[in-house]
Amino acid sequence: MAKSDLTILVIDENAIRASIIEEGLNDAGHRNVTVIHEVNGVARIIETQQPDVIIIDIENPNRDMMEHLFQLTRTVSRPIAMFVDRSDTALIESAMEAGVSAYVVDGLKKERVKSILDMAVSRFNAFSRLRRELAEAKSALEERKVIERAKGILMKMRGLSEEDAFALLRQTAMNEKKKISEIAQSVVTAAGLLM
Amino acid sequence: MMTTGQTENKLAAPSRVTGEGPKTLRAGFIPLVDASVLIAAAEFGFAAKEGLAIELVKDVSWANVRDRLAFRQFDIAHMLSPMPVASMLGLGSNPSPTITPFSLGRGGNAITLSTRLFDRMRQISGIAENANALDNANALAKTLQWMKERGEQLPTFGMTYPFSSHNYEFRYWLAAGGIDPDHDVRLVVVPPPLTSDALEAGAIDGFCVGAPWNMVASERGVGRIVAAKQDIWPSAPEKVIAMRPEWAQEHADTVSRLIVALDAAARWCDRPENHDALAEALADPRYIAAPVSIIRHVLAGEFSLDNKGNRRVIPDYFQFHRDFANYPKPGHALWIYSQMLRWNQTSFSSENLQAAASAYRPDLYRAALGTGPAGDDITVEGRSLDNRFMDGVVFDPDNIRTYVESFPVRGAQPPALEKLQSDDSLS
Repeated sequence: MAKSDLTILVIDENAIRASIIEEGLNDAGHRNVTVIHEVNGVARIIETQQPDVIIIDIENPNRDMMEHLFQLTRTVSRPIAMFVDRSDTALIESAMEAGVSAYVVDGLKKERVKSILDMAVSRFNAFSRLRRELAEAKSALEERKVIERAKGILMKMRGLSEEDAFALLRQTAMNEKKKISEIAQSVVTAAGLLM
Repeated sequence: MMTTGQTENKLAAPSRVTGEGPKTLRAGFIPLVDASVLIAAAEFGFAAKEGLAIELVKDVSWANVRDRLAFRQFDIAHMLSPMPVASMLGLGSNPSPTITPFSLGRGGNAITLSTRLFDRMRQISGIAENANALDNANALAKTLQWMKERGEQLPTFGMTYPFSSHNYEFRYWLAAGGIDPDHDVRLVVVPPPLTSDALEAGAIDGFCVGAPWNMVASERGVGRIVAAKQDIWPSAPEKVIAMRPEWAQEHADTVSRLIVALDAAARWCDRPENHDALAEALADPRYIAAPVSIIRHVLAGEFSLDNKGNRRVIPDYFQFHRDFANYPKPGHALWIYSQMLRWNQTSFSSENLQAAASAYRPDLYRAALGTGPAGDDITVEGRSLDNRFMDGVVFDPDNIRTYVESFPVRGAQPPALEKLQSDDSLS
């Protein structure tokens, strides 16, 4: 059986991350991929689609609801268990760290699931990295904005040139062992109080 | 997930505990008042006194707590008492051997119905505002009959996990009123912090969950508390401290000091004069993130049944320490097993019986503290007046199958194959 025959269900509250996973699965040749963003109605989806593999983000508090569901379906349809390869605990540990968990139906070969989980883990990690970089870029932008405003205030109130205003902020930051953005924020706050 | 440290640490494998000196234990927990003893041990110096540091990690689901303990991201965890039992029986989607040497106390749960449903129960059955737990269950049964006759949609109730005290207590209460939890109502899982919102939104019509979430719903005027855990069975096991058996074996000294620290913390939590400090700590966003006043009332067992001023004081709503509340009594594990049998989650065999009892480890408790309750570890339960089940049925651990079959309301018979296997194992 070709691996593209596996039916995969992705449950992720984060729509962007889910689409990244979906793309990765498609790139790997999986065509039967369903993505949902909330677990409401998941019971019906599992019943109708009969997924072989379910990928779910572990920050989803509704994971316990899934556990209940699998417990209920135990007797009526194929058993579903968390993907655990006891010979490869490193993979499971890295999956838990990345924040992803996989459930598979009974009897599925672990090699087939492993490649899916590997892909999901690397995409989850890539997504976290992306989000971290975005947050850093955002805060860098905010810092620059504050420094610009502080420079403007100093130029206006003390008649300094732009260059001197920045030099003053930098010197003060060095003297006080603080970041320029922190000194700039103090200037902006003080100006707000005084004017 | 949130970590309780200042920065959000990535959850790498916890530092290995070797040799002497301060040891850091990473402990997972779910935001509930019954995590008090664990939180107090970390916050108020009881762990430090034993040379331990407890790093608390707040988690969002019991499945995560189970998996993070199994895959060594946690050393110990705040767990539902049926979870180690289920793990030892190989139940659930990731069963991995789990034991408990320490129970986190008794009490804390309650059953809350939507004010809308409770009002209908009052209209239809004419029960009093202050009706007891059994009267309320009977009134609900009558109301469900009334709804059925009129073709109305049957109510949906929330609990927390398939292997939870809440699942078994909700079922016990419903069944005591003659209600079949698998057919007369729909039971779904709702994460504890979301129960009150789900009730208000009409997604569920009631729930069984730990403190403070019942009182949060009643104070908001969306729910009415109809039974407390004490009404169902005062000795019913609740949360435990769970660990991997091989970890406990490799770190015997650490386990022993942990039990000493938890015992001291539990003793402290039991004293009313410490409840202000405890409530203050628990209310913190790092822990439960609920109003301090509600937690304070919960600790005192002062219940607002609704927001109309109906109150009830339950003296032992929380028992953190007294009367050996922390002793992991194997007979309690067997009662949990009996409920798993009753609701068809597993089958009966002498191997299963032993596996269930082996989840509870009183030997570790006694080794650390040098004490324990007098009397046997496996005893008949529910005979004395202060330890009665709400329906008056007595639990005899020597005749579990007879006990389970004595209930008029119980799960459907197991499939033929499983029945066969269980019969085989008995022969």
